[in-house]
Amino acid sequence: MDSDDDFNSSQMSDEEFMGDQDSDMSLGDDSDYQDDVGFETQDKDIKPTKHSYEVEFKVFNPAEIQSHQDKQVEEVSSILGQEPEATAILLRHLRWNKERLIDRYMEQQNEVLEDAGLGETLHTHPPRIEQVPGFACDICCEDGEDLDTFAMKCEHRFCVDCYKQYLQTKIKDEGEAARIRCPGDACNRIVDSKSLQLLVTGDLKNRYQELLTRTYVDDKENLRWCPAPNCVYAVQCPVKDRDLKKIVPTVHCECGHFFCFGCSQNDHQPAPCALVKKWMKKCEDDSETANWISANTKECPKCASTIEKNGGCNHMTCRKCRNEFCWMCMGVWSEHGTSWYNCNRFEEKSGFEARDAQAKSRQSLERYLHYYNRYANHEQSAKLDKDIYLKTEKKMTQLQNTTGMSWIEVQFMDSASQALQQCRQTLKWTYAFAYYLARNNLTEIFEDNQKDLEMAVENLSEMFEKPIDQLKGLKVEMMDKTAYCNKRRIILLEDTADNLKSGRFFWCFQFMLLDMMLTID
Amino acid sequence: MSLSKRIIKETQRLAEDAVPGISAVPHDDNLRYFDVTIDGPSQSPYEGGVFKAELFLPDDYPMTPPKIRFLTRIYHPNIDRLGRICLDVLKSNWSPALQIRTILLSIQALLGAPNPDDPLANDVAQAWKQDEQAAIQTAREWTEKHAKP
Repeated sequence: MDSDDDFNSSQMSDEEFMGDQDSDMSLGDDSDYQDDVGFETQDKDIKPTKHSYEVEFKVFNPAEIQSHQDKQVEEVSSILGQEPEATAILLRHLRWNKERLIDRYMEQQNEVLEDAGLGETLHTHPPRIEQVPGFACDICCEDGEDLDTFAMKCEHRFCVDCYKQYLQTKIKDEGEAARIRCPGDACNRIVDSKSLQLLVTGDLKNRYQELLTRTYVDDKENLRWCPAPNCVYAVQCPVKDRDLKKIVPTVHCECGHFFCFGCSQNDHQPAPCALVKKWMKKCEDDSETANWISANTKECPKCASTIEKNGGCNHMTCRKCRNEFCWMCMGVWSEHGTSWYNCNRFEEKSGFEARDAQAKSRQSLERYLHYYNRYANHEQSAKLDKDIYLKTEKKMTQLQNTTGMSWIEVQFMDSASQALQQCRQTLKWTYAFAYYLARNNLTEIFEDNQKDLEMAVENLSEMFEKPIDQLKGLKVEMMDKTAYCNKRRIILLEDTADNLKSGRFFWCFQFMLLDMMLTID
Repeated sequence: MSLSKRIIKETQRLAEDAVPGISAVPHDDNLRYFDVTIDGPSQSPYEGGVFKAELFLPDDYPMTPPKIRFLTRIYHPNIDRLGRICLDVLKSNWSPALQIRTILLSIQALLGAPNPDDPLANDVAQAWKQDEQAAIQTAREWTEKHAKP
């Protein structure tokens, strides 16, 4: 394998990707393509190729979701010999697990029907609104001969107004749909869709339909709503929860939003979901405190208590162990001799050792901050996404005006901006990833990849900020750099995904692995 | 908001046909707000105590359940320090066909049958599970201390 073309074309089929094979995608290959990601192959990036960090997925619109549902209802309805309405209730009752429903229905038909609130067959007594002599509604306490009333098979009869209001409360306020129960006390009968048709009108009906569709997607393991605001699409992806240790299933919704199918968070390639969760929690808990500790405190050279110097002289006495030391050089105070209150002993041995110990004890904190600061930096840039995008558009217009280039010709700015944003998003998560990574050869390769991408991004970013009059001359170079960035990103993600999939990464903490299993399984 | 026929009827019934051991009296200036007392059920550590509570009927009552809170301190795994009650019929199992009196009866029954497996006051539930006799003794002492008229 000596060119990038080979690398790109050696994509794997889905099955292979899901499995745990293919461990010969090894380090040897890595070094081959590492030093030569040539410019000559940039056009290959534009072609949609499937990389090992990408997963199969499909986006569905609401109509398609509805028709899926209808199809399944129809299918199961013919197998069970039940009305579609009843079948729909049964399916929802068993959370759209077709096989389980059929199995259970064949074995214990009556029980299943009872559990789903269908008791006896629906078609012998179609639901209808009646006036019953001598009736008084238990909910509103109204009575009267001409009062319209309704009851399902369970004979919990209430006046139609109360019934309607009850359904409205359930649907509108509580967002229930598939499992609304009879308003009667301790009655488990589910309000079936025929009864709902009768009682629910107008807007509420639409809302009800919407909620039903929503429970369908919620119940299906391989379907997930796009989390973008106001997005109506759902995404289907075959990645199971238990695979999330090894795969980061980023999907791309029709609406343009990239998100993780495993946890619905924004795209967090290459870090696995559990790591992301852990990192976010750590940052929430630690980062500010850690920053403050790092900036304002030192540890006692003897007992390592954290000490804040909030005033006074450099002669410190540790509250805890009574150790006396100099705040400046961290050396033992008694060795300061006559030069008290004027520390000039910086190179002395005891001070040096104390500082060394201090440095070690602080290493873990520094290590965390190292990764956190870089993570936060890229996150900050990601937050400016919108700004950058708007700025790009303005720049593109200016460029057209000043240089006479056409709109098509200035598109390179847009692709550069997009590449920058995407790469920064990836870089951000590489730092969280690296924080938890145990050190070995793989880590070094990972960090090299990270460094290359980071440098490529910074180069492009710098160029991107150049004044308009220089941009025209930089066009070719910028296109090269854009392609290079994209390429570096792909390499980093592919390499990481391959290693992750074959379980070759080791994490810093054993509990980390344990944790991942706990949260995922 | 005007008072519904339902609330008027319920209030009347509560006054005319009172349940033994339970009272609920609406405030003069707010007929949706009730002062409630519940007698501790016999054969329970709360026996002999009279527990005060407040009850409020929200605007959409009876579609949504009444809000109830104990005012008297009580040592019980399903009732926390603020007097909030963990009871299914006050939440997910509420039915508009239930009434103030039925809810108060459920609460009285809860006093007679604490459920430490579904706790609201974790520390109490823990104590209840570890040493039921001791917990019952504590509940009795609290009843003596806080709930005697």
